[in-house]
Amino acid sequence: MRDLGPIRRHTLAITVDNESGVLAKIVGLFSARGYNIESLTVADITETHDVSRITIVTSGSQEVIDQIEAQLDRLVTVHKVSDLTELGPHVEREMALLKVTGGGDKRLEAMRLADIYRARVVDATIESFIFEITGSTEKVNTFIALMREVGLVEVARGGVVAISRGKDPS
Amino acid sequence: MAVNEQKTGAENLIQALTELGVDTVFGYPGGAVLPIYDALFQQTVIKHILVRHEQAAVHAAEGYARSTGKPGVVLVTSGPGATNAVTGITDALLDSIPVVVLTGQVATHLIGSDAFQECDTVGITRHCSKHNYLVKDPERLADIVHEAFHIATSGRPGPVVIDIPKDVQVARAGYRKRSALHNGYKLQLKGELKDIEAAVEMLARAERPILYTGGGVINSGNGASQLLRELARVTGAPVTSTLMGLGAFPAASPQWLGMLGMHGTYEANMAMNECDLMLCIGARFDDRVTGRLDAFSPNSKKIHIDIDRSSINKNVKADLGIVGDVGHVLEDMLKIWKARAHKAVDQKAWFAKIDAWRKKDSLGFRQTGKEILPQYAIERLYEATKAKAPIITTEVGQHQMWAAQHFHFEGPRKWLTSGGLGTMGYGLPAAIGAQLGNPRSLVIDIAGEASILMNIQEMSTAVQYRLPVKVFVLNNEYMGMVRQWQQLTYESRYAESYSQALPDFVKLAEAYGWKGIRIDDVDGLDAGIAEMIAYDGPVFVDCRVAKLENCFPMIPSGAAHTEMLLNPSDVKGELDEDAQALV
Repeated sequence: MRDLGPIRRHTLAITVDNESGVLAKIVGLFSARGYNIESLTVADITETHDVSRITIVTSGSQEVIDQIEAQLDRLVTVHKVSDLTELGPHVEREMALLKVTGGGDKRLEAMRLADIYRARVVDATIESFIFEITGSTEKVNTFIALMREVGLVEVARGGVVAISRGKDPS
Repeated sequence: MAVNEQKTGAENLIQALTELGVDTVFGYPGGAVLPIYDALFQQTVIKHILVRHEQAAVHAAEGYARSTGKPGVVLVTSGPGATNAVTGITDALLDSIPVVVLTGQVATHLIGSDAFQECDTVGITRHCSKHNYLVKDPERLADIVHEAFHIATSGRPGPVVIDIPKDVQVARAGYRKRSALHNGYKLQLKGELKDIEAAVEMLARAERPILYTGGGVINSGNGASQLLRELARVTGAPVTSTLMGLGAFPAASPQWLGMLGMHGTYEANMAMNECDLMLCIGARFDDRVTGRLDAFSPNSKKIHIDIDRSSINKNVKADLGIVGDVGHVLEDMLKIWKARAHKAVDQKAWFAKIDAWRKKDSLGFRQTGKEILPQYAIERLYEATKAKAPIITTEVGQHQMWAAQHFHFEGPRKWLTSGGLGTMGYGLPAAIGAQLGNPRSLVIDIAGEASILMNIQEMSTAVQYRLPVKVFVLNNEYMGMVRQWQQLTYESRYAESYSQALPDFVKLAEAYGWKGIRIDDVDGLDAGIAEMIAYDGPVFVDCRVAKLENCFPMIPSGAAHTEMLLNPSDVKGELDEDAQALV
């Protein structure tokens, strides 16, 4: 085998025709060719609902990433593939909802930590909170780890969405 | 137009196919395509060829497409009709053959209910087609058919599947023919000019250049084969080809090295190994071609021309990649070469080396005694038919490699074989498709006795349409390539590779209405071949050949080009475990 170089994490933005089967085709391409998906999000992004943007976080050597891009680019339903990691500075955000239960000091500590991490309370009962947190994957990971200590019972995460910095579209 | 004057989906489909110039459809009817068959019945433009198995319908369409340059069209029913077609669809994907496959589907309101003969055709074919559609809206049917043909035939060609529910075939709807429903579909025909200029400069300076050509030259059109000849002429470079590219460059040329790769010639593989500049034209550095990657052509600069960007740098790193259609890129290369008045570097030393390799006579064999060597049978077949420039199809295995080695092609679209997928059972239906597309040509399926049985039922199809195809079986009573690998890798333990309980092929041929000929030894070989050619109708030749002959030269899996086995004395009888894991 060739030396494939160092493995790096890449965030890809893929715009596609919003029609049935497109996601299956893309996910199938990754599994069939042995590529990795660390995170995947998809939603339609135009007024007419005909184009979707898929954000995939994957990892691989530069050669593997180039090959992934080329493989995606030749699909009939794919309009554009942008490797945001290669393109330069970009903003990546992830959202998570966390359900934390308990009372007394733990409840107070959960509130304090949420405040420090700028997580919002979006639902509360006498025995529970639901926090909404937005930020980098790292920040969300850290917040979830902290909440485990103070009564975390459930997590829902959205996966990474990303966009390049500056005035030009990616 | 009033609603009641609109055509049904089936009628719109026929109209679209007619407008697209379709004259032949290969298919098999069933419940979910009855409306389309009824519409076919009521017209005279499109000829339907009833095959005996849906896999054969796709191979026939491939044979038609590859021999004519026009897309092949298939029509099958839902469920088993579609799943039987999957092998053919995958074959067309791997060999980049333009085929449009129309499949019936249960009515839209039944989809997902596990209805009779329902399967998830678009799901099943998603990863073995270039693109596929499920037509839910009758108003979009004609649009989709037009776009499907555009996608199948443009860029890197491939199979496109259109799954049509029965209610959509019946519904009345308007007719439109846009072919750009997916405006993200990109085509890059012209290569980047600065890259082409750089390629020309590299080529002009090369002392040991080689042109490594593939099926992309043939897919690009007959003009591309002409341009390849011109490029070879001005550069003086030697030319080799993959299995899929045979015929793009004339075998009679002194610059021709023969096929390269696992069963390629010594001179082709050694020239690949020692060249200083490799110009890869419409080939994809397949594992059968490269052998062990870290030992592949270690000292050369590599230029790769391919219409599919993902082929470049996939297996072998190119020093210069040019994304574009072979014909367009070669045309630009030649223009620049001539405008800059380049002269090829003197290659006398390079050709002296090549001539020394040629002296190894790596395809040599010695026909002694009465038992026919398979190589000799092909050589005699070639000599007897070459004046007719026949179309040769093959099945998969030893006979396929011997045909590639010992039959020689002077032009494109004469050699139809299953390269990428390696599908046994390809040759007979492909010959039927080729004969339909080329009624006046001599079409011969060079087959093995095992492969031919995989689609033997198509003998009926040939009879029904009076197609004078010839099947020339090299009968060694073994799945010869499997047996050869077992001999090389598993100390001659021939697990299940003996062709037990073979039919009497002559009687079988006669039962189908073919002429059957058996050739037992060298005395009957030329006469048998002559009788086959002379007969105006389908002929099955059962040519008995040496049972244990191996196909040489051979680069074992995972070996380098320089580690080529030239004859049986090079064979060790076993491989290490790493090599055993490779196919």
